[in-house]
Amino acid sequence: MSLNVPLKDRAFERQLEIRTRKGKIFELAALLAVLTGMVVLLALLIDVTVDGLTWLRPGLFTEFPSRFPDQAGLRSALQGTLWMIVLTAILAFPLGVGAAIYLEEYGQENRLARFIEINIANLAGVPSIIYGLLGLGLFVRGLELGRSVLAGSLTMALLVLPIIIVASREAIRAVPRSIRLAAFALGATQWQAIRYHVLPYAMPGVLTGTILAMSRAIGETAPLITIGALTYIAFDLRGPLDIFTVLPIQIFNWISLPQEEFHGLAAAGIMILLVVLLGMNSLAIVLRLRLQQRW
Amino acid sequence: MTMESKIVIQVNNVNVWYGPAQALKDVSLKVPAKKITAIIGPSGCGKSTFLRCFNRMNELVPTARTEGEVLYHGQNIYANEVNPVEVRRRIGMVFQKPNPFPKSIHENVAWAARINHLQSNGRWKNTELEQLVETSLRKAALWDEVKDKLHQSGLSLSGGQQQRLCIARAIAIEPEIILMDEPASALDPIASLKIEELMRELSKNYTIIVVTHNMQQAARVSDYTAFFTLDEADRAGILVEHGPSNQIFTNPRDERTEGYVTGRFG
Repeated sequence: MSLNVPLKDRAFERQLEIRTRKGKIFELAALLAVLTGMVVLLALLIDVTVDGLTWLRPGLFTEFPSRFPDQAGLRSALQGTLWMIVLTAILAFPLGVGAAIYLEEYGQENRLARFIEINIANLAGVPSIIYGLLGLGLFVRGLELGRSVLAGSLTMALLVLPIIIVASREAIRAVPRSIRLAAFALGATQWQAIRYHVLPYAMPGVLTGTILAMSRAIGETAPLITIGALTYIAFDLRGPLDIFTVLPIQIFNWISLPQEEFHGLAAAGIMILLVVLLGMNSLAIVLRLRLQQRW
Repeated sequence: MTMESKIVIQVNNVNVWYGPAQALKDVSLKVPAKKITAIIGPSGCGKSTFLRCFNRMNELVPTARTEGEVLYHGQNIYANEVNPVEVRRRIGMVFQKPNPFPKSIHENVAWAARINHLQSNGRWKNTELEQLVETSLRKAALWDEVKDKLHQSGLSLSGGQQQRLCIARAIAIEPEIILMDEPASALDPIASLKIEELMRELSKNYTIIVVTHNMQQAARVSDYTAFFTLDEADRAGILVEHGPSNQIFTNPRDERTEGYVTGRFG
């Protein structure tokens, strides 16, 4: 085995072995990184299921909160979450999509547009409790909406607006320029090109972003505590000006109680919250895969 | 140059800038009706920019600025009172890369007629729209291939079919002039030949202005040819020579034209 035989260079092979091993180590590290997240999530799911499964009963959905664990349920929290999500979507969707259309289709490449862009990116990073303080000052006190579900939804709408704008802009930008040019060349006005082409083709992406924004809103607690969403509501939510509570606040409330039974109830509540969140995120993925236009 | 046919559009001293860079310098050209005028020249000499002057598409480029006049039946399409939408409805355009809408074949053809309210009372009956779709697809030599799948997506067609769909879509609003920006360059030779045949057929009823990189294509298909090149001094596109295609290709007057058509440069 002489050194002159090609493909049998000892020194090179030793180096090669080290290189291959380095690659393997890196692969292992990356796998570990991926598993950490998965394992933690799995541990959470198992822990919560063990604690909460026995408390997952019909009464959980139909009963109001109570100081007797056997009679306590999430009725008002579920109603509050549902009301808040629907109102937030109604408020934030048109504003977010409208802003995205303006920035992508009408806004000129000027300093003002760039300034707005940077601000939207920054807004997405503002801690949610700051939005809560804003909501408290602006909606609860300023507009005198009180601690109502409408005030909560307005606050939440502000919070998720940047997410919807960013997602919508991306979806709108993904519609090729050639489609707009085709519409213009056929005698369409800018509004017609947007109305009949850009917006419909961007819609799956816009909806995906909106759903993800809504699942963010479902899990948010801090801004709602700030505006004073109550934890003990023992009546049905009848209108947008009623006071309310939401799932994560109710869960937090139960966990902070000393009795063991309430911790089981909280675990059951977490299961419901997770199912809702995973369901919404799956819907977003399905929308993206099924309806998104490929160019 | 002898002109036996009527002039439908006339360009007088057009200059175009993109930002500070001049793309076209002092171009004047007469386009005869119901003929095919080919625009040839090396890359970057402003052929496509020139084509887009005819339907004011350059205005969609934020930095673009156009000076000079383009007279369509004697009216300057750049006059203040003229709305570009009206220009584009009379002067249609087919792009280099087929760009059908991701909608049904039927909707691709019918849409422009509907949004432009081309009916006297502004509303189309379904039967009229179907008739319009069929007529347009027949004129674009596509009807026989798609008549059984009008409700499939326009994107399901082959590249050549997509381009003919784009032609059908353009003629559905009955323009007088059709601008074509290298309409066959993204297609295979057979599909490309079909487009050429179609252009010959369409020139019986429409005025066609076509930008092409392919000199054989220009020689085969066009009645008139305009040769553009880059001005040595300031890198702006200029019109060198314009005339009947057989003269441009066999007996050009300018040596730059001769150099290009014989393949010595470009």
